[in-house]
Amino acid sequence: MTAVGPATELSIETSGLSKRFGHQLAVDGVDLAVPKGSVFGFLGPNGSGKTTTIRLMLGLAAATSGSVRLLGQDMPGQLREVLPRVGALVEGPAFYPFLSGAANLHRLDAADPHVPAATRAARVHSALERVGLTHAADKKVRAYSLGMKQRLGIANALLAPRELLVLDEPTNGLDPQGTREVRSLVRSLAADGATVFVSSHLLAEVEQICTHAAIMSAGRLVAQGTLAELRQAGQARIRVLTPDAGAAAEVLARLGLSAAADGTATTAVPGSTDSSNAGEVLYAPLPAAATAAAGAGAVAPEAVVAALVAAGVRVRGFATEQVSLEERFVALTGEGFDVVQ
Amino acid sequence: MLCALAAIPILIAVAVRLSSAVPAGRGPAFLDRITQNGLFVGVTALLVSVPLFLPLTVGVVAGDTVAGEAGLGTLRYLLVAPAGRVRLLLVKYAGAVAFAITAPLVVALVGAAIGAALFPVGPVTLLSGDSIGAAEALLRLLLIAAYLAVSLMGLSAIGLFMSTLTDVPVGAMASTVVLSVVSQVLDALPQLDWLHPWLFSHYWLDFADLLRQPIAWDSFLTNLLLQGGYVAVFGALAYGRFITKDVLS
Ligand SMILES: Nc1ncnc2c1ncn2[C@@H]1O[C@H](COP(=O)(O)OP(=O)(O)OP(=O)(O)O)[C@@H](O)[C@H]1O
Ligand SMILES: [Mg+2]
Repeated sequence: MTAVGPATELSIETSGLSKRFGHQLAVDGVDLAVPKGSVFGFLGPNGSGKTTTIRLMLGLAAATSGSVRLLGQDMPGQLREVLPRVGALVEGPAFYPFLSGAANLHRLDAADPHVPAATRAARVHSALERVGLTHAADKKVRAYSLGMKQRLGIANALLAPRELLVLDEPTNGLDPQGTREVRSLVRSLAADGATVFVSSHLLAEVEQICTHAAIMSAGRLVAQGTLAELRQAGQARIRVLTPDAGAAAEVLARLGLSAAADGTATTAVPGSTDSSNAGEVLYAPLPAAATAAAGAGAVAPEAVVAALVAAGVRVRGFATEQVSLEERFVALTGEGFDVVQ
Repeated sequence: MLCALAAIPILIAVAVRLSSAVPAGRGPAFLDRITQNGLFVGVTALLVSVPLFLPLTVGVVAGDTVAGEAGLGTLRYLLVAPAGRVRLLLVKYAGAVAFAITAPLVVALVGAAIGAALFPVGPVTLLSGDSIGAAEALLRLLLIAAYLAVSLMGLSAIGLFMSTLTDVPVGAMASTVVLSVVSQVLDALPQLDWLHPWLFSHYWLDFADLLRQPIAWDSFLTNLLLQGGYVAVFGALAYGRFITKDVLS
């Protein structure tokens, strides 16, 4: 977990945020720090408390304990000043099925007394255009497909210029084009200076669009920081494919890379059945400094190869690997498929 | 729903028209007078709708106010718009009140219209024995509609409160309607005499005073006061509940 310096202006700041449902703590002491202008991925398995956290942030539900500041103002105390500057999609879109898409947006826009009614039609039109729904604007929402409703939900969040967008699983149900559109939409919103807070389970997507991320697990925040920081916390590693596993492990140990060196186990998995590739795969975590400037005790990957070859180890494969966000995610939230709690 | 209400006077008028003379003293009050004066269709229809049809429709509308939005999920989007919880509640109550005003008005006006179309219209003899012209009689009919609108204010507030308690609109609607029936049943039990003046349905049928010359406003004012009390109490309960409600739908 990386503390964000006090110099950074925060769009969302929660401290000790908790929400109890009966006996269950759905959100448990969450300290989020979302820097202004970031695209912040909010990750976590099903039921980990993402939507509940978003509800607390937007003043829809009262926190059991802890506090929230949005755009520098207290929530829910200053809700009236804050929320007009925030666009939100919470737990999927919801509309009046008997009204058309455009009529729905008109109604929801009219619910906000702060926005000018004179520009309403124009703003509804441009919001629909941004999500590619212009042609379905006059269709009843009852007749919308899942993805169309999702797009309309995003359009609702974009009805007015916003400084912060809170999007709960925005690409849920979207086709590949829609997903791409949402990605570029998020980028363009960020380019305009808005902060975008997206919850998702789609790690690949978060890796593509986010600058920062946080990971929730069973109501607790288990990691938070820039994407690079998150990946680094899992460390880069080297992967060696060799039939001389024992000798290789010795060489690595001499270089300070063995299991004994930093307390993590060096895993060995059986190689492929292909005889030319026969051997074992060795993984060894590479100290973080090695990937950056070479400092004292740092080992460059090429030096590892040279040392292995010099010791007569038959190196059949060698690679340095960055831990993917997915591996980091699984490491932090557990392998199990069952929903916790 | 307004159409269903409008169907009541139409049904009455057509039924009376098609049947031969109604024996006096059977069926709803005034039913036997319809053939002589079409304006009585409006009065009869109002009388018939007071125990069930009006509370039913008002209960449905008032019960749907907040719970309907919660059920659709649009409540969370209205609140993050932000519509403001107090403002939303006020607008929703205003909507229910508008319906409570419109509903008896529709019954009265449709009744008067269909009555005038199917039967002769003439001077009306009031309960005090005085006779008034058709125009004046229409005015009295509208007064009765206004009286019933006031009568339904309390029920609307109860419905609003019920609506803040649940995310299932049908639940709020049903409990509001059930309460209106319970109130009327309690009102019919002589053992609960002491309770009767406090029941919101107690004065529902006391609009006879409006059919005297000069008009006696006592019951109108008593009713207004009682309904005002119900609006204050249940409005405050609805406010207290909704302002702290966790919107999880
Ligand atoms: N209204 C509620 N009453 C009781 N418990 C609830 C309620 N809403 C959510 N929970 C519980 O809170 C926990 C967190 O739920 P939440 O909806 O925040 O998860 P999530 O991270 O958004 O999951 P998903 O990825 O499936 O959307 C869950 O264990 C859930 O059972
Ligand atoms: Mg969720």
